[in-house]
Amino acid sequence: MTDFFAMGGYGTYIWPSYAVFLIVLAIDAIAPRLRRKRVLAELRGKLKRRQARETTP
Amino acid sequence: MNPLVLWFHKIGSPPTFYRIAGAFAPWLFGIAVLLGALALYGGLVLAPRDYQQGDAYRIIFVHVPCAWMGLFAYGFMAVNAFIALVWRIKLSEILAMASAPVGAAFTFITLVTGSLWGKPMWGTWWTWDARLTSELVLLFLYLGVIGLYHAIEDRRQAARAASFLALIGIINVPIVHFSVNWWNTLHQAQTVRLLGPSKISGDMIWPLLTMALATHLWFFASLLARARVGLLELEGGKDWARDVALAAAPGDNGTRS
Repeated sequence: MTDFFAMGGYGTYIWPSYAVFLIVLAIDAIAPRLRRKRVLAELRGKLKRRQARETTP
Repeated sequence: MNPLVLWFHKIGSPPTFYRIAGAFAPWLFGIAVLLGALALYGGLVLAPRDYQQGDAYRIIFVHVPCAWMGLFAYGFMAVNAFIALVWRIKLSEILAMASAPVGAAFTFITLVTGSLWGKPMWGTWWTWDARLTSELVLLFLYLGVIGLYHAIEDRRQAARAASFLALIGIINVPIVHFSVNWWNTLHQAQTVRLLGPSKISGDMIWPLLTMALATHLWFFASLLARARVGLLELEGGKDWARDVALAAAPGDNGTRS
């Protein structure tokens, strides 16, 4: 197991490479989900405001 | 209208695309993750050590597929940018702009992993080699497109301006691809070829190609997820977008359409 993580002495270069790959793609997957939430919340807020305007005389 | 054109118009209409993309994206993400995990296992555990580079070559399994995706995403963006400029199709504008951040992410990974590979093999993190420099220009082009898109208030005008920049930048794509042949510098030449035999053994190439497939699926998954949000934002005043907003409960995690 230690041998596997050492990667023949190149572990210090290999693991950060894979970490960057996984972290950047994780951000890439999360970013549109967060934006979707924000856009939907904004849309709902707009609709609510419009409704409030229409109901008050 | 002939059935093909009719079908195209139907798919291209924002509410239909939004629904279909919502159905496809989770599957694409799921298959991409499974294939990626398989490729990582093959690349890190099963593939043998390289006789020249030892274990350091294992960076290839993330570096090369990401480099391919950086170019593929640019090509995809440029085609959609062209369609957006010529025919002014709303969906193409959205798709072109949605592919820029994904391509930028892949190009960024390529540069960082390449640097981490260069240090033990070349003795330097960075050098102004033709391949490295043109790849950096590719990242700047992506950032330029993203920046221009967000700098202009009107979404559709912004998309057209950024599309124009994306089209100009296409000149860099063949430079990145052929740089290792045109200038004989530090970066090694192509190992995997579409035409002719590849210079790599079978137990190393299958994880590489599996990862390439996984990153392609990932690109389309991320693209669809981003395009959906883009459409929602662009068409915020339309009935279908209002229905989506009202249907989604505040705690919704975005998996339902």
